[in-house]
Amino acid sequence: MQETMIARAAALLADGTVNRVLGWKKGEFVYDITPAVFTSEEELKSDFVYDDFCGNNLSKYLIKESRKEGKVLAFLKPCDTYSFNQLIKEHRILRDNVYIVGIPCDGKISTEKMKAAAEGIVDVQVDGETLHVDTLYGQKDVSRTDVLAERCVSCKSKKHVAYDELIGEDGEVLESNRFDMVAKLEAMTPDERFAFWRNELSRCIRCNACRNVCPACSCEKCVFDNDASGIANKAAADSFEENMFHIIRAFHVAGRCTDCGECSRVCPQQIPLHLLNRKFIKDIDELYGEYQAGEDTESRAPLTNYKMDDVEPSIVYQRGGK
Amino acid sequence: MQVNEFKPKIVAFCCNWCSYAGADLAGTNRLNYPADVKIIRVPCSCRVNPMFILRAFQRGADGVIICGCHPGDCHYTSGNYYARRRMTLLFSMLDYLGIEKERTRVEWVSAAEGAKFAATMNEFVEAVTKLGENKRLEDLRCKKQ
Repeated sequence: MQETMIARAAALLADGTVNRVLGWKKGEFVYDITPAVFTSEEELKSDFVYDDFCGNNLSKYLIKESRKEGKVLAFLKPCDTYSFNQLIKEHRILRDNVYIVGIPCDGKISTEKMKAAAEGIVDVQVDGETLHVDTLYGQKDVSRTDVLAERCVSCKSKKHVAYDELIGEDGEVLESNRFDMVAKLEAMTPDERFAFWRNELSRCIRCNACRNVCPACSCEKCVFDNDASGIANKAAADSFEENMFHIIRAFHVAGRCTDCGECSRVCPQQIPLHLLNRKFIKDIDELYGEYQAGEDTESRAPLTNYKMDDVEPSIVYQRGGK
Repeated sequence: MQVNEFKPKIVAFCCNWCSYAGADLAGTNRLNYPADVKIIRVPCSCRVNPMFILRAFQRGADGVIICGCHPGDCHYTSGNYYARRRMTLLFSMLDYLGIEKERTRVEWVSAAEGAKFAATMNEFVEAVTKLGENKRLEDLRCKKQ
């Protein structure tokens, strides 16, 4: 796959369709993949990678990249295309300046799970469902399903919703069980839920990685950067700030979040932030009809829309939970 | 001897066109509602940003109620429809985080419903008094020593 992608990118660079390629390159370790821009075939050949660790959603980079000189090629996985579509809808990406190549994805590996499964990783060879891991302490085999990222275990779609060309076959929208955990939390008592979230959110160090990586969080000036907001402190000094930051972060992307799961991937404290976003998605689906952000570029987002006979807020007191 | 009875602090966001006038009517009709309710006038119920509500809790509110025109009667045609969706989602999220959902409420009160305004406030204050002090969304730095 990687070779096909490099060849195709090089061809598009050569015929002048694009002048840059947005992809991934290796970091210090095999699992440290970082987004990168390539401008020549030599660079592509020496640095470009596409493997099971390329989890980064590249669509957010296109906001800035599409405003530069010339056209940029971007490789997007199925779930990235949803974010891309959503950004197009919000007029954040200049569509004429990007060339999208859809690439297949059969799930990405969670770096955290990988590091937990094998200590001192030097190299990883993928062999079907088994990963041959070279570590400082010798060879080890790890099952791929065991280290698959949480968001990929409950993958919502293998279908590309936006592309200029595809490499490989397009997939289908999948039946996923992604709301199972949300439903489980909803079934708990408020005290249990409160304890669960205190345990999770109290680990927050307010690094803002979840905000910075989120394709939906693309405001040029963020409310949290406002010194007068009362919660602009770097470290969450009080439990209130943790709650406030996470409620507002999730609320600001409600109805626009495509559930790409980047927030949870980048969280250095491994807080399951996607559970907050999924709660909003689940509520919207249940109360205002099924809606998948980024599925198309025309429909109105649930929070910028209304019906005369929408449910009253008192529904919250009546339904679910204890 | 003085007994320290718990008095909740309630913030009521009232829309300028209906609920604020409703509160006025309650006053001119000499209807009683607890003095614990502090009214903040907003141009429309949809002016209420979720941040306002959290901010009120941070600064020591024990309950927050949003009052607006009845759906269909919005001075700006559709503001309260948007507010309705937003607040439903926000309250549901607060509940999801284990924060007592009874501390937040939305009520539609028209300018002619002075009696409803007073009744709503009495009922809400009673409900919040039962819940006691807001502990789950408090900011210790903002607490009076």
